Amino acid sequence: MVEATGSPISNQQSFEHGMEEEEKHILGFWIFLATDLVLFACLFATYLVLRTHTDGGPTEAQLFDIPMFTLETFILLTSSFTCGLAVREMRNGHLGRLMGWLAVTILLGLAFVGIEVNEFLSYSLEGATMQRSAFLSGFFTLVGTHGLHVSLGIVWMISVGIQLMRDRIQPTTARKLFNAGLYWHFLDVVWVMIYTVVYLMGVMK
Amino acid sequence: MMNKEHLSKKSFPWAHVIGYVGSIVLTVLALWFTVKAPLSQGSIITILLALAILQILIQLIFFMHITESRGPAYHSIAIALGFLFTFAVVAGSLWVMTFNSQVQ
Repeated sequence: MVEATGSPISNQQSFEHGMEEEEKHILGFWIFLATDLVLFACLFATYLVLRTHTDGGPTEAQLFDIPMFTLETFILLTSSFTCGLAVREMRNGHLGRLMGWLAVTILLGLAFVGIEVNEFLSYSLEGATMQRSAFLSGFFTLVGTHGLHVSLGIVWMISVGIQLMRDRIQPTTARKLFNAGLYWHFLDVVWVMIYTVVYLMGVMK
Repeated sequence: MMNKEHLSKKSFPWAHVIGYVGSIVLTVLALWFTVKAPLSQGSIITILLALAILQILIQLIFFMHITESRGPAYHSIAIALGFLFTFAVVAGSLWVMTFNSQVQ
């Protein structure tokens, strides 16, 4: 049995699962992710039903830019990898390396949001706004909700980073970083579906 | 105690690198099938969905440590239910909406 003793990193594996209290917080967070998945399910269903309703406006194939959304995908996948490395360094007890990977993850997240904002702006300038057609309402709602989640994730990782600098690696901060990591990987899961269902199927002949 | 030896201070994060390379390969493969593959639309959609499911499994297993828990893995049940509801909502909506186009 894992005990949280005076030496906080006595157990490398599942350190943040070590105390019953932290374990409950992690379980609760997984349940939140399950409900968040249902939210995205509704947005995906709406988008898929409305995607052909373009009302004479721009279509998916006319709007979506393959190099752009592929770059977004690579950036988000890489950030998921670096986030995983941050949690790994936390378990190994290396606070410095943890902070380094966390910083890389935050920067990649910012790059992703930047590209997405740029994408949305260029669509709007072409007249493809949210009000133009049912397809575009569905598109901006689904992809925008994901972008909002990513932005929140960035703010969250910065806060956890500040707490880690203040309190070091101990059960509470470890659990907070682990949950922030879960959230970040979850956003990658949702993005994989957006990449496949919205973008790839949108540009398919 | 579950897989304690699993994450001892290994010098190289193999699981993470395998997960990362796997996800990049799957992304490129999906793009290739979309742009280049000489297949029917239906079969490409099937392949793309299969590749997406593999991607999601990589995230869940290599990065989200879905099997880890102190006691029973209740969180796996929660997230599995989440995926079941997602499938029901998306597939159900699409299925119901095809009646609309038939009736008109």
